[in-house]
Amino acid sequence: MPIIVKKLSFTYSAKTPYERKALNNINLQINEGDFLGIIGHTGSGKSTFIQHINGLIKPQEGEIEIFDIKLTPQKRPKVNLRALRSQVGMVFQYPEYQLFADTVEKDVAFGPKNLGLSSEEVSERVRQAIEMVGLDYEAVKDRAPFELSGGQKRRVAIAGIIAMRPKMLILDEPTAGLDPYGKEQILNLIKYLKTHCSPTIVVISHDIDEITRFANRIVVFNDSRIVYDEPMQQLFKHSIQLQNMGLDIPRAVKIANSLRDRGIDLGEGIVTAEDLMAAIVERYNQKHAAQIDKEACVFDMYDFSQKWLTSEERAELEGKPNVEEEADAPKTVKKNKSKENDKKQKKSKRKKE
Amino acid sequence: MRDITFGQYYPVASSIHKIDARIKILVTLLFMITVFFIVSYSAFAFMFFMLALVIAISHVPYKIVLKTIKGILFLLIFTALINIFFTSSGNVLVSTRILSITDQGINFAIKMALRFTLLVLGSSILTLTTTPTELTDALEYLLKPLKIIKIPVHDLAIIMSIALRFIPGLVEETDKIMMAQKARGANLDSGNLFKKIKAMLPVLIPLFVSAFRRADELADALDARCYNASPTRTKMKVFKVKASDIAAFVGFAILMTMILLDKYYVGSFVSAPDLNGFEVQGLDIFIYNIIYRIG
Repeated sequence: MPIIVKKLSFTYSAKTPYERKALNNINLQINEGDFLGIIGHTGSGKSTFIQHINGLIKPQEGEIEIFDIKLTPQKRPKVNLRALRSQVGMVFQYPEYQLFADTVEKDVAFGPKNLGLSSEEVSERVRQAIEMVGLDYEAVKDRAPFELSGGQKRRVAIAGIIAMRPKMLILDEPTAGLDPYGKEQILNLIKYLKTHCSPTIVVISHDIDEITRFANRIVVFNDSRIVYDEPMQQLFKHSIQLQNMGLDIPRAVKIANSLRDRGIDLGEGIVTAEDLMAAIVERYNQKHAAQIDKEACVFDMYDFSQKWLTSEERAELEGKPNVEEEADAPKTVKKNKSKENDKKQKKSKRKKE
Repeated sequence: MRDITFGQYYPVASSIHKIDARIKILVTLLFMITVFFIVSYSAFAFMFFMLALVIAISHVPYKIVLKTIKGILFLLIFTALINIFFTSSGNVLVSTRILSITDQGINFAIKMALRFTLLVLGSSILTLTTTPTELTDALEYLLKPLKIIKIPVHDLAIIMSIALRFIPGLVEETDKIMMAQKARGANLDSGNLFKKIKAMLPVLIPLFVSAFRRADELADALDARCYNASPTRTKMKVFKVKASDIAAFVGFAILMTMILLDKYYVGSFVSAPDLNGFEVQGLDIFIYNIIYRIG
């Protein structure tokens, strides 16, 4: 069953001078198996929205249907929030700040225990969850969560959520405040969880380069409304509008766009560095199709040294240099040399002074 | 949770908001003292009228000012009941074997309740129209004389403003942690008191940890900026008394004089009616006499 949100609106501190509209007529359907990315400015309503999906905020207007559980502004019938939360797992921003128990094992067990499971079931789930996030269960279970490193703490916190085995996982800025290595690991973990734990995943992130690495669909929040809801390959048609909203676009898209401005159209649907690479290679091949040896067309993505040379060029390099190259090469050398000379002169001047 | 606004400051522009915070504190203090000199119902009515006038000028909705009474409603009723049951002077209206209710008791209870209400409403006008920062700055200024007896007023003020500054952050943090634990199936609202306290542990522990972390970071940040290295710190906002501030103070002084006159002068040149211990005071005596003559 998908998640259907209809005409959802929400206002903080209504009828006070602090009143602030956070959501304005939100309509959205999240399908099973979606890998949904949500982007938007701070205060655009994205956090408020995901808190609704987990039943943490009661809708003021509109309704939400999640796995056959209906959330409405009405008081009755009472919603079984516990059942809802066991199906929708929510990893908040900086989840390590919610750790509280004296051992990792107890902390991870908090969620499943609250579901009222038997103690064997709980300990089984705890072990699995800890292993799933890539920690050594035996080594870590009796340690205090506060002793662990930042990245490890975050994994323990995530384990605390997936121990509840949610069908759907929502992560709010899962990589915030981590170093590049820690980020990479968390991203890989999310991908792993998609196939092994929760088939539907929603990620909020402000790092667009990060989100485009795995999302298949992106929803853009701006000013408490959804402005775009598109498959990832389609979204960046709206690059200009996105940038006007103050949102970043992936670096690959930026490069593709500026190439297009200079008359080199690489086509639509370029989002990741890999897409861009492939498109450039394809383009190059098209242009030089006549000259290129079939054998050299099979490129190794990561070996640039071979990539750009046809067999002719390679032969030429090994033997006599190409005429064009000959013309170009000395110039650059000269330039470099003259620059170096300039620098030397300046240095010597300074010394004299 | 998120609706908590600490210091209850109500951000609108009004002439009450603009009054110097020091004057406002002084006036509020004097007001609190004055309230205990009010003896007649006439004076109470007058005071409530003036208070309503001030609230109207401040542009703070009456509803919000009246909300502050809610917090002390229990105290108000409790003290009123005690006053009713344990005052023995005056004419007995109802009597049982242990307790008796007298007219003087009721009279006293009503006046005390009115006094409390005035106190709470008056002080809430101060907090509703003054930002917490202004308040601490003004307090620091007013407490300056204590420096003579070596009380570190400035440090105390900075401690207070830091504490105030931290409260919204802590409320937000509590809110977040509560949400996070609720998302993990924690049940924070039901069960008996004991269960509730136990259920709050997963919220309190992370909250304490983060409060200590923040305090630590702040201390480092203060240190890194050489806080307190200079012997005399200057203020970014320097208090300056305006003509309107003086006008407000004089206006209040007149009000206070009237109340004192009501207690010590108005009642003294007319003999109070003898009602077997039931006290009629101040301007009320006149009103009583008029009603008595008509009736």
